Amino acid sequence: MVSPKEIIGKRIAKLFKDGDLVNLGIGMPTAVANYLPNDVKITLQSENGFVGLGPTPLEGQEDKDVVNAGGQPVTILPGGACFDSAMSFAIIRGGHLAATVLGALQVDEQGNLANWMIPGKMVPGMGGAMDLVAGARKVIIAMEHAAKDGSPKILKQCTLPLTASREVDFIVTELGFMEVTTEGIVLKELAPGVTAEDIQAKTEAKLIIPQTIAVMG
Amino acid sequence: MTKVVKREDVYDKFCDGQIIMIGGFLAVGTPEVLVDIMVEKQIKDLTVITNDTGFVGKGTGKLVVNKQLKKAIVSHIGTNQETGKQMNAGELEVELVPQGTLAERIRCAGAGLGGVLTPTGVGTIVEEGKEKFTYDGKTFLLEKPLFADIALIKAAKADTGGNLVYRYSARNFNPLIAMAAKLVIVEAEEIVEEGSLDPDEIITPGIFVNMIIKG
Repeated sequence: MVSPKEIIGKRIAKLFKDGDLVNLGIGMPTAVANYLPNDVKITLQSENGFVGLGPTPLEGQEDKDVVNAGGQPVTILPGGACFDSAMSFAIIRGGHLAATVLGALQVDEQGNLANWMIPGKMVPGMGGAMDLVAGARKVIIAMEHAAKDGSPKILKQCTLPLTASREVDFIVTELGFMEVTTEGIVLKELAPGVTAEDIQAKTEAKLIIPQTIAVMG
Repeated sequence: MTKVVKREDVYDKFCDGQIIMIGGFLAVGTPEVLVDIMVEKQIKDLTVITNDTGFVGKGTGKLVVNKQLKKAIVSHIGTNQETGKQMNAGELEVELVPQGTLAERIRCAGAGLGGVLTPTGVGTIVEEGKEKFTYDGKTFLLEKPLFADIALIKAAKADTGGNLVYRYSARNFNPLIAMAAKLVIVEAEEIVEEGSLDPDEIITPGIFVNMIIKG
């Protein structure tokens, strides 16, 4: 059984071109780095101040000053570079990032994203998410298709406070690969064994379903 | 003349009600010794401007736990549950600012600019109460500068004149806050003689720095 993380990670990895500069959010988006094709090399940015984000160091080889945006020990690859937070966000807002991959609480058919707070319940703050979504050339959402209680996360209109308005380009879940267009959300690919009816049943927004849909993989 | 001072000299500079900027990202690049001095002095009603409120026992989080803050201007509070608790109880005002906007508001204060126009936050609750400008088909929010009474910096290396070098992701907000406060205090892991750093390797010029202590 292939995990949702692997299905999603593999599909997103195919969206990148050799040489892209990409920012991966904490959690599921981080896994994308594990599934890159051999002929595609991307550079990862860590918004706390460097490019050239590398893998987790071996135990005992952590450096207290080399952490990712989640505060976890990481490495900086040869060729990497460090900078302050103003330059880091100039990279993010200035259109220098080919893509950002983030999780979502809700996303809607206009491309609106809500992923930073649930009023009265969870207010961690937006951190760098609002800048990433406003500034990256492509915004890719990596998430499980429905919430833990089964309620849909892909909606006609987000009900939670937004992270950004009309910025989402792609939504990738364990069920399918979708593109947000001015007409609505187009179902481009389905995971093996999933039908268009299955995915629509778990989606509040009305999906635009073309005659032929490729298999995601 | 050396800018290296004693712990007591720094202790004397803090008082109730100050606006204080603190470097660091999830406590990496946070001057823990300087934060400990503030905890020890028990100064109250502080406004702190920093990326995040760290952890319960680490970084800026120590000031939150000790109830020394009146207001926190930050991008993230999720790693310190005490911040959320005090916010919900109405004991602590929290202004959440997108991280890139926070960086630019600090930078433009130090750079003599009246504000910055950013697309970040347009169409979200962040735009509430802010002036909007639309041109060339893009909408921007006017975000105003943030100044402080004191900036607390963590450097890997300082020379006695205050020239600073940072390490890796510990740089973050430190070079920005060094430009935006009336008094700039540095905690350095290593202190060397003025003239021993190559001018090309210095990230923060010593002209911004007032005091240095050994961290």
